[in-house]
Amino acid sequence: MNPAASPEGSAGAALAADAASAVSAASAASADSAELLPAADSGLAGLQAWGNAAWAMALLAVDPHGLGGVQLQAGAGPVRDHWLAGLRALLPAYEPLRRMPGHIADERLLGGLDLSATLASGRPVAQRGLLAEAHGGVVLVPMAERLSAATAGRLARVLDSAEVSFERDGLSHRWPARFGLVAGDEGGEDDEPLAATLVDRLAFITDLRALSQRDAGESAASADDIVAARQRLPQVLVDEPTLQALCGTAVQLGVASLRASLLALRAARAVAALAGHPEVTEEDAVLAARLVLGPRATRVPQPPAEDQAPPEPPPPEVPPEDPPEQPPEPPRDDGETPPPEPPPPSEDETQQLEDRLVEAALAALPAGLLAQLQNGLGGEQGGRVGALTASQRGGRPVGTRIGAPRGGQRLHLVETLRAAAPWQGVRRRAALERGGQPAGRILVSTDDLRVSRMQQRAATATLFVLDASGSAALQRLGEAKGAINLLLADCYVRRDQVAVITFRGRSAELLLPPTRSLVRAKRGLAALPGGGGTPLALGMEAALHLAAQVRRSGATPVVVLLTDGRANVDRHGAGGRAQAEADAHAVARQMRAARLTSMVIDTSAKPAAAAQRLALEMGAAYRALPYAGAAALNAAVQSLPRPA
Amino acid sequence: MATSYFPFSAIVGQDEMKLAILCAAVDPRIGGVLVFGDRGTGKSTAVRALAALLPKMKAVVGCRYACDPADTSSSCEQCPTLKAGKPKTHLVPVPVVDLPLGATEDRVVGALDLEKALTAGIKAFEPGLLARAHRGFLYIDEVNLLEDHLVDLLIDVAASGENVVEREGLSVRHPARFVLVGSGNPEEGELRPQLLDRFGLAVEVRTPQDIASRVEVVRRRDSFEQDSAAFIERWRKEDDRARARIVSARKHLAEVKVPDSALERAAQLCMGLGTDGLRGELTVIRAARALAALDGAPEVGDSQIRRIAKPALRHRLRRDPLDDTDASVRVERVLTELFGA
Repeated sequence: MNPAASPEGSAGAALAADAASAVSAASAASADSAELLPAADSGLAGLQAWGNAAWAMALLAVDPHGLGGVQLQAGAGPVRDHWLAGLRALLPAYEPLRRMPGHIADERLLGGLDLSATLASGRPVAQRGLLAEAHGGVVLVPMAERLSAATAGRLARVLDSAEVSFERDGLSHRWPARFGLVAGDEGGEDDEPLAATLVDRLAFITDLRALSQRDAGESAASADDIVAARQRLPQVLVDEPTLQALCGTAVQLGVASLRASLLALRAARAVAALAGHPEVTEEDAVLAARLVLGPRATRVPQPPAEDQAPPEPPPPEVPPEDPPEQPPEPPRDDGETPPPEPPPPSEDETQQLEDRLVEAALAALPAGLLAQLQNGLGGEQGGRVGALTASQRGGRPVGTRIGAPRGGQRLHLVETLRAAAPWQGVRRRAALERGGQPAGRILVSTDDLRVSRMQQRAATATLFVLDASGSAALQRLGEAKGAINLLLADCYVRRDQVAVITFRGRSAELLLPPTRSLVRAKRGLAALPGGGGTPLALGMEAALHLAAQVRRSGATPVVVLLTDGRANVDRHGAGGRAQAEADAHAVARQMRAARLTSMVIDTSAKPAAAAQRLALEMGAAYRALPYAGAAALNAAVQSLPRPA
Repeated sequence: MATSYFPFSAIVGQDEMKLAILCAAVDPRIGGVLVFGDRGTGKSTAVRALAALLPKMKAVVGCRYACDPADTSSSCEQCPTLKAGKPKTHLVPVPVVDLPLGATEDRVVGALDLEKALTAGIKAFEPGLLARAHRGFLYIDEVNLLEDHLVDLLIDVAASGENVVEREGLSVRHPARFVLVGSGNPEEGELRPQLLDRFGLAVEVRTPQDIASRVEVVRRRDSFEQDSAAFIERWRKEDDRARARIVSARKHLAEVKVPDSALERAAQLCMGLGTDGLRGELTVIRAARALAALDGAPEVGDSQIRRIAKPALRHRLRRDPLDDTDASVRVERVLTELFGA
């Protein structure tokens, strides 16, 4: 389907001829995209984005469970509705498309005791949960980025095992649950990303955010195509070079997880089945790589050696913004191109195929992201992964547990009555046998009591704001790092989250998003350089921003600012001490207005008035580093009041 | 619905994980196995494959906890009557119980039998997952996401080998000796240090980086999914061989000698690493002995200690906030000091 990449064009033509109109639109876009994407021609970019989305929709309909599903990045709106309606239309009418609310209780998700049926029939009756009900179809989770880690884990488990095994309420059951998952992701830049456990199991990452309604086109296939493709799917073969190329492509693009390669393979099979190919062709593989591997790329592979030029006219779609000044630093030093072990079947052929797959995958990347990747900012899988933990600590009730209400726990009345209900007959009889008259209409014993399990405690996130500038702070940076390390260790023991913001030169940087991973925290801190101006206001602003985000996720932020208080870069990155200090104080007042628990740790050689005044404006506690040994400092932070 | 499991022998690479699991299968006293690492590396696959690999075990007929006929110290309340005279025995598969996330406490420890209560109006105990896991394995995927109160409970039972239930005026105690196997991804939250220490062996798994093994992983997984019956058949011989190895290792475990030199090595190793308590040393010795039995070696030698040192000790090192070195590297360093490069 990509004329440049397939000189013979026979198979490509077959595919294009087979598929519906949007397909050719998509393929045209992909052929042109490399040249046109940097120009940010929204029309064509939109066409391509919809092309990818249309393919994801069609392929998911072909093999919902095999492909896992789609991470659908889209806000609520007509484009998303159009996509979902398209998917619904492609799925056979008898296949369920179930909507799963994010706050669903385990009982409805996995199944539970059907109380009314149980009481009516006098024996325990289990009730299937939503996942089992969706067997053979598709589950749609709107706002999946807000799912708790536990719920995401449950979904991942069911996706893996294709069955719901259920151990609750004195019942144990297994139901088949093969379904595809459409995880709606409405998250913006600041929000939590979708749980990585889920992303890893979903074949497609489809971004509809940039699309407007007029971009939304047709689906890539008709419902009849899907039925035919499903019949062909089990017979589709994959040859060795294709398999190797898909794996090699994943490595070249820095896609660590092996599931991605496997999903790409299945996607290629689904494409072939849709196109009526008995075996996965190159074009099928190219499309699969673009859809599955492209959005997961964490780096741009180094340009291939020149002497290895393919015999065909070299494809024009060299990655945009090429050539990079220097080859991007690969995040991992091994496993780079070319593959260390030459694959047996014709190394050349595989290599060329792999190159084309890489190109195709890169063509699927938005231009801005590509530039970011080339600067090596894409990062491995790290990035915001740690931040996931933040959302699971949200202040929701998390089910019930057996126990009497004490220590501020709340009795869960409904669950208590549910627990008591099945035993009424037994208890009444027992009471009569003992010769007494059963007291009251409902006999509740202490064993029935259920308490709401809220979050075990409100999680605290300690945000360290570290002045890494060249002023007085520099000489004490090491000391400050040491102190933070000590605090980190302590936060780890108390299961607190920790985030680190640093500021120097003209900017503030979120060195470490809220995480509980001590390893990541230490690694980031060790690599921190010092020097440059003191953009105090920027650092504090970043802290204020992050604190608001932490609050949204349900945790309590505590800000610890380590600085000498001598700002000399203002909010806009310009020099000038007076303006810089005025800005810093303005932000400090905002912090106080936001009622943040905070502390200023003075890192100047001699405790200075500047930091003290800042602390006063912030309404923060004040400590001077010279007099506070690291241990004392630790104790000081611990003693900060923690609002519940 | 027959669930077919990916064959244990068909798992590509991940030797340390396979080794640790095999050692735990040979000698359950080693304590549990913790598998931590990247997503999609076959953590769950390996544990679930174990179920198909383990040889069947002898159990008392009629015992709801599948007690061992030779076990006289069991706290099982049925066995004394069942075992009177000549107990009937039968072969049953070793349980590998998957603890579903979201399992409620009463399903884990056991509760009153709801059906009996509703139909016959009698109070009877219905064993839970802990009872089902007796003499086998209890697997917790995403152990770091499990609720704290359940984790505490599991560890407590795993350590004591007995489950005590006090509910609705029923008082039941039954044997629950099982190997706890946990897996998880450290990026989603670390385990509490107290919990870490309770696992005998800790394994780190990484996604393979070389193309050849990545291709192999995808190829095998794919052919398994295309036709699982044929795939399992193809690997049957390998799995049979692994099973024979476990059987023979179990038989010879008691005969494997632990010479003083090995004890000394283990002590030096733990001293060099500054691990707290004796648990580390004990685990090194036990695991090395299981490994020697697997190797068919008559006694524990340096080779076994060396291979098992990392999984046995890496999670017991004291956390030093100022030392960034990876735990595995620290163990390796001391190993090199002791044994030479």
